[in-house]
Amino acid sequence: MTAPFGRRSCEVAANAASGGYRIFSLVDREGPEPEPGQFYMLASERSWGEGGGRPFLPRAISLAETAPAKEGVRLDFLVEGVGPGTDRLCELEPGERVWLTGPLGNSFSPPKQVHPDAAGAILVGGGIGIAPLAIWRRRLVEQGIPLRVLLGFRNQQHSGGLEELFCAGGSLCPDVRLATEDGHAGHQGYVTDLLAAMLAGDDAASAVVYSCGPPAMLEAVRSLCDTHDVPCELAMESPMACGFGACFGCAVPKPDGGYIRLCVDGPVLRGDAVAEVAHA
Amino acid sequence: MPELCGIELGHPVLNASGTYDAIAARKVFGDELLEEFPFSAFVSKTITPEPRAGNQPRRIWETPAGMINSIGLPNKGLEGFLSSDLPQLAELPVPLIVSVMATNSEEFSRLVQAVGERDEVAALELNVSCPNVHSGLIVGENPAETEALLEALRPLTEKPLIVKLTPNVASPEAVAIAAEEGGADAVSLINTLKASAIDPATEEPALAAGHGGLSGPAVKPIALQQVRAVRAAVQLPIVGMGGISSGADAAEFLAAGATVVAVGTESFRDPRAGSRIAKELQTGMSGAPRRLAALDLE
Repeated sequence: MTAPFGRRSCEVAANAASGGYRIFSLVDREGPEPEPGQFYMLASERSWGEGGGRPFLPRAISLAETAPAKEGVRLDFLVEGVGPGTDRLCELEPGERVWLTGPLGNSFSPPKQVHPDAAGAILVGGGIGIAPLAIWRRRLVEQGIPLRVLLGFRNQQHSGGLEELFCAGGSLCPDVRLATEDGHAGHQGYVTDLLAAMLAGDDAASAVVYSCGPPAMLEAVRSLCDTHDVPCELAMESPMACGFGACFGCAVPKPDGGYIRLCVDGPVLRGDAVAEVAHA
Repeated sequence: MPELCGIELGHPVLNASGTYDAIAARKVFGDELLEEFPFSAFVSKTITPEPRAGNQPRRIWETPAGMINSIGLPNKGLEGFLSSDLPQLAELPVPLIVSVMATNSEEFSRLVQAVGERDEVAALELNVSCPNVHSGLIVGENPAETEALLEALRPLTEKPLIVKLTPNVASPEAVAIAAEEGGADAVSLINTLKASAIDPATEEPALAAGHGGLSGPAVKPIALQQVRAVRAAVQLPIVGMGGISSGADAAEFLAAGATVVAVGTESFRDPRAGSRIAKELQTGMSGAPRRLAALDLE
């Protein structure tokens, strides 16, 4: 499936706080229904690179959820303001317009496609990286695939999206477990502690791990899966100017040398297709 | 109808080398890319004799009204380009200009000969922003090196040779004169400006290579002045570029003496920027003046 050629103008349908994050929705009248793991390049039409300054380049943002809208599809994005681009996206007002290019990149693969013997899924998300796991979780549930979801946050300020993306009937979905570094909810510690315990037990037999989060967490997930010989798919992030293979900025090292471009070869990569997730 | 070195163009907007991968874009956007191809000629990313993986990340950094890149010319090398990329680029609906670079005259000659003899190729652009391994000098920063290189390459092909000028010199016009003397058919300018950024979080250079090249609207006034200076110095056609993001910007470059223009960084923000800018230029939209008053001021 290809994306419509070029950027298109989409209306902001909603934007609301969710914990320390924000969730905003766009109405895309022209694009195809996106797949879990895909992303869009986004920039507000107003106050984005006008008259100099920043933000200048569009920002690559993972899709968190989608649903049919009256006209076209609704696209939901989870953002945290961490710089001029995401700060501006956090300020989007309903009715204003956003330049959007996409859907871009590849998507998560069903467990059986990753490994023929795989029967279930473990989703591991950290911080803002929980976003693409929300739509993937829904898709897996719809397909009747057994799954566990492990989500981690640094602290209350740097958390959000749970209520809107991982709750049903007002409470956290039963397959979701939390870890927080400050202990304000769930296990006190890293989400990878939960994964390590799960992989050490029988629960994890014949599962595929799907993960998205900060680089240090992704590297821990990749390494744990490697140790336990469990296949994994990592939705990664890399500095990206264009999203369609033009700028060559989003290079990720391959295990056998050389680089892939995350925008066209990812953003979802098999754990064994990356050398090591670089992190500070 | 605009033309460049005898190549007829549908409109005056090309892409800057290394800023658009038409093969990747076709995979992302499908054949819609070919139906409304944004540029009137396609300039390939730079081809080197041997394959290059490119620089370690981090490779790009956003700056006010621009960005710094240190990509490091990843490419498949001459053989990989000819066997794998060229057949795909030949399917584009516009003339193909192939950018080449080598670190000595012999290797440069091999590239120009091998690429120049292919029917799919309309012209070659010489990326001279690299050191000559024999002299240690950056060819494009030195008029004598530039003239000597052109004299070596000129007899090897009848295809137009376009010299991509670097802005990182005191006098780009001196290099342009040398290119003209050596037999170049056109010059293109500007390449990116040498630049650095410090990551405030680490207080270290933001790019793994330490420095890179600045592009985007931030460089436009510098590019305009260099186009003016080169226009005054040589008769050659000029491909003008540097921060063009609208038809009005393109009109300024044409008024400053460019024959045609090229778009680079703006394509990252808008994949169809090339055709948008060509249309704005034609219709005078986006504030593009019909006739620029700037030239009359002097």
